[in-house]
Amino acid sequence: MRTKTATLAVGAALTMALAACGGDAEPQTTDESGIDFQGTLVIWTDEERAESLKPVVQEFADANGIEIEVQGIAENLQDQFVTASEQGEGPDILVQAHDWIGNLVQNGAIEPIPLTEEQQAAMNPDALRAVTYDGQIYGTPYAMENLALIRNTDLAPEAPATIEEMVATGNELKDAGDVEDVLSIEVGKDGNPYNAYPFYASAGGYLFGQDAEGNYDPADLGLAKPEAVDAFEKLAWLGEEGAMKTTMGPEHAIPMFAEGKTAFLVTGPWAMNQIREAGISYDITPIPSFEGGDPATPFIGTQTFFVASKGENKAFAQEFVADFITGADLATKLYESDPRPPVNIEAASAAAESDPDMAKFLAAGEGGYILPAIPEMQAVWEPFGRAHAAVISGDDVEAAVKGAADAIQEAIGA
Amino acid sequence: MSTRPPLSGVSGQLVKILVLSVVAALAIWAATPLVHAGAWVGLGVVVAVTALVFYVYLSPRRLPAKYLLPGTLLLITFQILPVLLTITTSVTNYGDGHRGDKADAIAAIQAAAVKEVPGSPRYLLSAAWRGENATDGELVFLLTEPGSGEYLVGDAEGLEPLDPGGLTVDPEGRIVAAEGYTVMTPAEFNAHSERITGFAVPTEDGGIRSTGFDAYEGVSTRTYDESCDCITDSETGDVFVADNENGYFVTETGDRIRQGWQVNVGLDNFTRFFTDPDVRGPFTSIFLWNMMFAVCSVLFTFVLGLLCAMAMNHDRIRGKTLYRVLMVLPYAMPSFAMLLVWRDMFNADYGLLNQLLGLELDWFGETWTSRAAVLLVNTWLGYPYMFLICTGALQALPRDTLEAARIDGATGFQAFRKITLPLLLVALTPLLISSFAFNFNNFNAIQLTSGGHPFPDASPQTGDTDLLITYTFRLAFNGSGVDYGYAAAVSMFIFTIVAVISGISFARTRKQEEVYR
Repeated sequence: MRTKTATLAVGAALTMALAACGGDAEPQTTDESGIDFQGTLVIWTDEERAESLKPVVQEFADANGIEIEVQGIAENLQDQFVTASEQGEGPDILVQAHDWIGNLVQNGAIEPIPLTEEQQAAMNPDALRAVTYDGQIYGTPYAMENLALIRNTDLAPEAPATIEEMVATGNELKDAGDVEDVLSIEVGKDGNPYNAYPFYASAGGYLFGQDAEGNYDPADLGLAKPEAVDAFEKLAWLGEEGAMKTTMGPEHAIPMFAEGKTAFLVTGPWAMNQIREAGISYDITPIPSFEGGDPATPFIGTQTFFVASKGENKAFAQEFVADFITGADLATKLYESDPRPPVNIEAASAAAESDPDMAKFLAAGEGGYILPAIPEMQAVWEPFGRAHAAVISGDDVEAAVKGAADAIQEAIGA
Repeated sequence: MSTRPPLSGVSGQLVKILVLSVVAALAIWAATPLVHAGAWVGLGVVVAVTALVFYVYLSPRRLPAKYLLPGTLLLITFQILPVLLTITTSVTNYGDGHRGDKADAIAAIQAAAVKEVPGSPRYLLSAAWRGENATDGELVFLLTEPGSGEYLVGDAEGLEPLDPGGLTVDPEGRIVAAEGYTVMTPAEFNAHSERITGFAVPTEDGGIRSTGFDAYEGVSTRTYDESCDCITDSETGDVFVADNENGYFVTETGDRIRQGWQVNVGLDNFTRFFTDPDVRGPFTSIFLWNMMFAVCSVLFTFVLGLLCAMAMNHDRIRGKTLYRVLMVLPYAMPSFAMLLVWRDMFNADYGLLNQLLGLELDWFGETWTSRAAVLLVNTWLGYPYMFLICTGALQALPRDTLEAARIDGATGFQAFRKITLPLLLVALTPLLISSFAFNFNNFNAIQLTSGGHPFPDASPQTGDTDLLITYTFRLAFNGSGVDYGYAAAVSMFIFTIVAVISGISFARTRKQEEVYR
């Protein structure tokens, strides 16, 4: 710092000296302002997101004289992005959930984005934590998502205080013939760790231990701990009660709730358009916890803009991602096209006023567990899901959990 | 032997000119990016192939080559090259975390460790070349510090103040022109992104680096030192030494930096496959089921296809065309979608099959129901193909032989067993073998229906309906990242199995053909 201060001092002295000499110390000013974007920025994202992103980004690009092309990639986006980047054929910007950061970083496909303090202060701190990996911010998040409990207020007027209460109400309604199933929650035959996690957490389980800075430690695997067996016992109970079924796939969970065939639905903000269209009366509350259990914390995920480290228009891409995505304008428009809670605090509070649902989702996510972005998480999904599917189908809990923990440790160690 | 070209006359010449112009156009199209990238080997291949094509087709001789060349080129491109690529990949650790070379890894590690110096200012950045009207040369950063209104110039030596008198700035304060420098336009700035983002003006605490059109003072906490071939982390003091055999930097305590590079690992991937207890344990049972799946798929589809073909071949049936169209339908629809539809029909609670038949079977929950289900689906998908080729073969059978048999008093079944079937098999065995090879590796039929289910609790990685290919796919792609090297080694192994089985079958077919000749 000393040299620079010295340089600055000398510079200042020189400036003053020049001024004292009566020299022309003021630079000329032109009328043109701002950075003039040229060329085309290419954004890759998955097909579904591309649909909601395209109109907003296009409108924004036109208004600011930027050319942006949003391309939806149908299959294997992550792998395609990494491979294309490697060969210099990739896009300038990638839009995806933050949990890819670990793998993208280990492949050198993205680099940290030095956001200013003001830019960071404008963001939801949970979202900022999500994109922070190894102490560095790797992307600009724009929307958040987490699970919540949606209930049909005609069938279940009161929000259940505990999971047990929810299951009891669901079973009563089912026995009375008012609904077909206790709970709408997507599981599928491979299980669903994302949806099972809040229940697992409430029953005392965890995924990875965290250090003081919130970094996940792959060596501390919660599934290998005895608490995990107790937690899976609770999941097994949910299976016995018919609240979680491997037969309930994505084609059943949300549609059944929308048709009034279930009273409760565990889902995220992505389901809202479908539920609103169905015209049922509903309310959104946090997922309740087991009686006397820990809070049922859902995973917190963020939708994030990443700058490709080998993109062709890196300067424009960095400018766009750091300066435009952090702004409230674009955040509001993105929210209007896809109702996921905005990361931008200003946009979020504005949206909360006109849309109470969004605020309820944000509230349901408070204190949530940031979806781990470490590459080891990749090894967790399938075995965890299998154990989930096995125990709710009535298999031996201890064997299922041990099998999953062994498989994960084997994969991480390899 | 005549040397007359096979295509003669004006139309022949026209076709030849047209095709060769397309070849020339393709060659130019392929060469342009190669020239830009300086890939001279690739360019050489393109030139050589084009020259060969022109030589063969313009020469009045080389008649056999004219027939063989297109097929040979396609064979090399689509069969031999991928096999060679798989072999070369199988002896590397290519995969997530090991994709680029060592220089890439070092660059990525250093870039990922750049941290902003706390409390340092943000600058408005203009990139410029030293000297008036320059378009290349020495890169400098012209900086404006908005807070104090200072103007600075940074080069590879360090920061210097700038005389504001010689500057032109925009209303924001960003320098757009400076005496003695050529300021880049944003478009030029962007075009030189790679060089600009790789540049840092050294300061005491680190360096002034660009981010978009701004600059900040940042320091990389990890630096590479060539003399020890190691990376030192200035924050923690850890020293990561390069492990050039495995392609990563590692401390003495075994902490690895995640960004690694691709290295040759010899036969490690193969040894891993043969010594991995996860593979050895379930291998026999998976292999047996895999054989059974492939054999049954071929058998069932062939029997069903043949039965349908014989029924449709009967003279007294009306509306044959309609029936045939209906039968070919499963073949005409995309198998992807069909597999998913079948999977939903097997759903234990909401599936059509259980609801229709009043069953409460958890189809994919039990070993044998799951195996029966995937075979059922695969038979349904595969029989139209067998139906088509059997229909073709039946119609080509000599009628007189069958008539002779009937006159000699053979029953319909005897005629079928002694004459029709053997004659059919001579024609169809090669197709049955290729169908076997296809089904042996029929990834989609398993992955999209049962997904390998059911899985025993103790080993959530090996399902009872897993084929070798779906099982090893899971092993190679579900660790902490994708492991292409391992996947390539495994596919080499599966390739060997299929090749051996097909080779033996073909050898036996040849004998069979001799018998019936």
